[in-house]
Amino acid sequence: MTVLRRAFLVTHRVLSGTAILFGTAVLCGTVILSGIAGCDKTALNNPYPAHERGENIMYSFFSERPKHLDPVQSYFSNEIRFTAQIYMTPLQYHYLKRPYQLVPFGAASMPHVTYYDNEDRELSAQAPSSEVAYSRYEITVRPGVYYQPHPAFAVDEHGKPRYIDLPKTQLKRKRSLADFEHTGTRELVAADYVYEIKRLAHPALHSPIFGLMKGYIIGLDEYARELAAFAEDVPKDVYLDLDRFDIRGVRVVDRYRYVIDIHGKYPQFLYWLAMPFFAPVPHEAERFYRQPGMPANISLDWFPVGTGPYMLSVNDPHRMMVLERNPNFTGEAYPSAGEANDGQAGLLEDAGESMPFIDKVVYNLEKESIPYWNKFLQGYYDLSAISSDSFDQTVAVSANGEVGLTDEISERDINLHTSVAATTIYLGFNMLDPVIGGLDERSRKLRQAVSIAVDMEELISIFRNGRGIAAQSPLPPGIYGYRGGEAGINPYVYDWVEGRPKRKPIEYAKQLLDEAGYPNGIDAATGKPLTLFLDTTLVGPEAKSRADWFTKQLRKIDVQLVVRATDLNRYQEKLRNGTAQLYILGWNADYPDPENFMFLLHGPQSRAQASGENASNYASPEFDSLFEQMRNMQNSPRRQEIIDRMVKVVQRDAPWAFGFHPADYNLAHGWVHNIKPNTMANNELKYQRIDPKLRERRRDQWNAPVFGPLVIVALLAIGGLAPAVIAWRRRERSRVSETSVRAST
Amino acid sequence: MAAARTEQSERDVRQGFNVTTYLIRRILYAIPILIGVNLITFALFFFVNSPDDMARLALGGKRVTEEAVERWKRDKGYDKPHFFNAQEQGHARFTNTIFFSKSASMFVFDFGVSDDGRDIGTEIRTRMWPSLAIAVPTFLVGLAFYITFALILAFFRATYVDVSGVVACVVAMSISSLFYIIGGQYLISKLWHLVPISGFDYGVDALKFLVLPVAIGIVSSIGANTRWYRTIFIEEINKDYVRTARAKGLSEARILFRHVLHNAMIPILTGVVVIIPSLFLGSLIMESFFSIPGLGSYTIEAINNQDYSVVRAMVFLGSVLYIIGLILTDIAYTLVDPRVRLD
Repeated sequence: MTVLRRAFLVTHRVLSGTAILFGTAVLCGTVILSGIAGCDKTALNNPYPAHERGENIMYSFFSERPKHLDPVQSYFSNEIRFTAQIYMTPLQYHYLKRPYQLVPFGAASMPHVTYYDNEDRELSAQAPSSEVAYSRYEITVRPGVYYQPHPAFAVDEHGKPRYIDLPKTQLKRKRSLADFEHTGTRELVAADYVYEIKRLAHPALHSPIFGLMKGYIIGLDEYARELAAFAEDVPKDVYLDLDRFDIRGVRVVDRYRYVIDIHGKYPQFLYWLAMPFFAPVPHEAERFYRQPGMPANISLDWFPVGTGPYMLSVNDPHRMMVLERNPNFTGEAYPSAGEANDGQAGLLEDAGESMPFIDKVVYNLEKESIPYWNKFLQGYYDLSAISSDSFDQTVAVSANGEVGLTDEISERDINLHTSVAATTIYLGFNMLDPVIGGLDERSRKLRQAVSIAVDMEELISIFRNGRGIAAQSPLPPGIYGYRGGEAGINPYVYDWVEGRPKRKPIEYAKQLLDEAGYPNGIDAATGKPLTLFLDTTLVGPEAKSRADWFTKQLRKIDVQLVVRATDLNRYQEKLRNGTAQLYILGWNADYPDPENFMFLLHGPQSRAQASGENASNYASPEFDSLFEQMRNMQNSPRRQEIIDRMVKVVQRDAPWAFGFHPADYNLAHGWVHNIKPNTMANNELKYQRIDPKLRERRRDQWNAPVFGPLVIVALLAIGGLAPAVIAWRRRERSRVSETSVRAST
Repeated sequence: MAAARTEQSERDVRQGFNVTTYLIRRILYAIPILIGVNLITFALFFFVNSPDDMARLALGGKRVTEEAVERWKRDKGYDKPHFFNAQEQGHARFTNTIFFSKSASMFVFDFGVSDDGRDIGTEIRTRMWPSLAIAVPTFLVGLAFYITFALILAFFRATYVDVSGVVACVVAMSISSLFYIIGGQYLISKLWHLVPISGFDYGVDALKFLVLPVAIGIVSSIGANTRWYRTIFIEEINKDYVRTARAKGLSEARILFRHVLHNAMIPILTGVVVIIPSLFLGSLIMESFFSIPGLGSYTIEAINNQDYSVVRAMVFLGSVLYIIGLILTDIAYTLVDPRVRLD
């Protein structure tokens, strides 16, 4: 203890004696550091290493870390933005053409689809759905495609895998993939695609589409049951041999061909083939990662293994993620055709060139909008969205409603790219509710009145800075079946006036309310005011103003609205139990087909009765019958006609107050080329190109350090301290008696 | 002389024994405290979230079926009863429960994996360094700065320097820490281009990212801390031994930095030592605005993601660190004041 006490006393003396020096040291340190940083030619505020200056590197950011990078699990946009660059799905969306068009990617050609009846007789492509027992998709894989370098493929001089079945003692020391010295590769084969389909049923992987796909892929359900029973006896951390069983409807034909049999006719299946759930996964990767003793953080969910244009070289999702060009990528030509204006917009300048163009993409974690926005303005990010905080600084809307950039932003050679998302945000009515629900005329008019009263144009203007368009039906623009203009308006809510939709007057809504049995917002049967309840999960400073806004909307028709802020768990529970009255939800398209939106109102998909996605529990025999006809049809005038009828039914029944389709506003610096918003494709990175030299010039121009204010601050500090120092010295020289007298006073 | 040395040595041995006994006793006390903390965390967490809720959130908002929810719960071990398993026999009635299976291993600091499959121990070990990189210099430099500033104010008590300093402290205390962060980023990084606005790197490259958050961390706490230390010093400065020291002709600086500072250590240590272990846990706002990949947001993220495995690990770690902090404080008292004994 004595030693400790002495040590403490020494520390205390050193601390007390040098306390003042600390502050000075920090200031000096800052200046010295600044000097050091200034020695290389990068700006002081450059967040990137000096050796990256002038390199062909794109800088971007992410605000939420991806939870899953395993293609069988990744579903959210912040996950697919990575997996879509790494994995080679059989199909992909054409980058430039609209409406969206599927083209081969991992597949050598578009799948060959044949239809069969119950007796295995081949049917024509035009055969009606009712006659089709199953569809066969035969897919041919591109030969000569190789996986990224990875230790799972590393072999020794005898051709045996180096890193499979390693003893636990060896694995214990591994911290990341870089700890495995050797890597290898192998050619992509059809079996890798089949292996991934089997992984959909893996009991420990929880693929979000397994529930859907087991209803379509023949034999997937039985396979899952067999596998689950077998997995009961296999420890969790041990490799589960998926090839022990086969899926009846999925098989490898030869090295480069495989087939998938689907129950009935399901043309939308092609769209799923453009999603990571159907990307190839080599069984070597699974065997490598699932060795007993492999650290939990070295997994396929953390370090993907793909054949795509990029590979994940750094995965530190609390700081940064880095994609680098896959050296084994065989290359792909930039498209040479697009929409009519694409050539004029410079989007065809790279036609036929080999992709990808960018060597490396660095994604930094940015949780707050202020830092990323400022870094974008300083040239340290190449692309940016526009947050609400910076909207007014960035976007100017002209008198005739045209959206453009402010002068301040335009001067920096920044370009604005806008697009309407394939998303519908809606205010839903629970059709099981005794007041607002039901298909009778009274409740229908009540819902129509509410739909008119809730002014979505105002909501878009106030809360979204005008970024969005009011919805007329469940279908957003860009989805087959959507109709714009007068033909597409919701006649129960809008009138077509002077070439644009105009919301019906409040008086009309009040009249509907009167006809529904609520004159002046009073229930004629009970004499009590009509009160509706809106459940929301809104939190934060905007929640109160949004709640007040909704209340105000219904007050226009003398209806009282109670907004119930609910936590997410209880909110979902209310929707599952069918006890919410009004609610707000949204849906992002999985694929550009009307079926992907209309199924949200399909009766058998009721949330309360069948745990489906129809949260309004809308069940209209007429709509359901039309949906069954439309869902499996190819796009055709007949399909459009059915969609039109479906839209009219839901506009009349109003199970939703069709909210809005959000618009995405994105900015790109002038040195970024080949940007075309594509709300369906996620693998846009390979198409983009940057001019690093121009970027460096701009960065230097925008980020010259300003030392003047620092000098002023230092002088002010010295000026302020000088009298105190003088007083200190005077007091130190004064006599004891004087000091004591002053102290006592 | 030799006898005196032997006596001193015996006293040291006796005191060392007392300290050991004290530490063992405190560690034994900590066990029921940690069990209690675990119990409360568990009860609070599952009062708000059910395993079904956790499964639905983990599986995502789209196309979640009941079957998928059940599979997830079975796979993650949330299909068991919470505290008591009536279907089991013997001690398995208590051990084959969510509480026991998720809590027992933590007492040997095996935090297991998060509900999305990441190794929690590795996450903590990785993320604590960036947190420390911010927190330690902020703490040390800040402490030296606040104490020095407070001593200066005490030295100039009842003069314009003191009054201006106190007013400045009150003003500084009244301003939100967010203002310092946003204002600092705006001035230093955006307008003057002197350091990066946000980001982090390892090694020497980390310095340019640390200057601003550390400086803001110090400045944002200057008001409250300086005022607190000043109060301690003013109280100390009016004691008789200070008057005696002045009477003996010691310089004011020597009196302040040597005698007053030493004697004011007990209240300073009470507030300071206890927070040292919590430096590991980082700062949510600072790390969020400066994109520091520390532990500050780990617990919040876990709560938002309803990841009980991470929440219970971080609460457990926080409790352990707090207990360590309290023990260190007690030990520090004995170092500062020989009259304090750990019996």
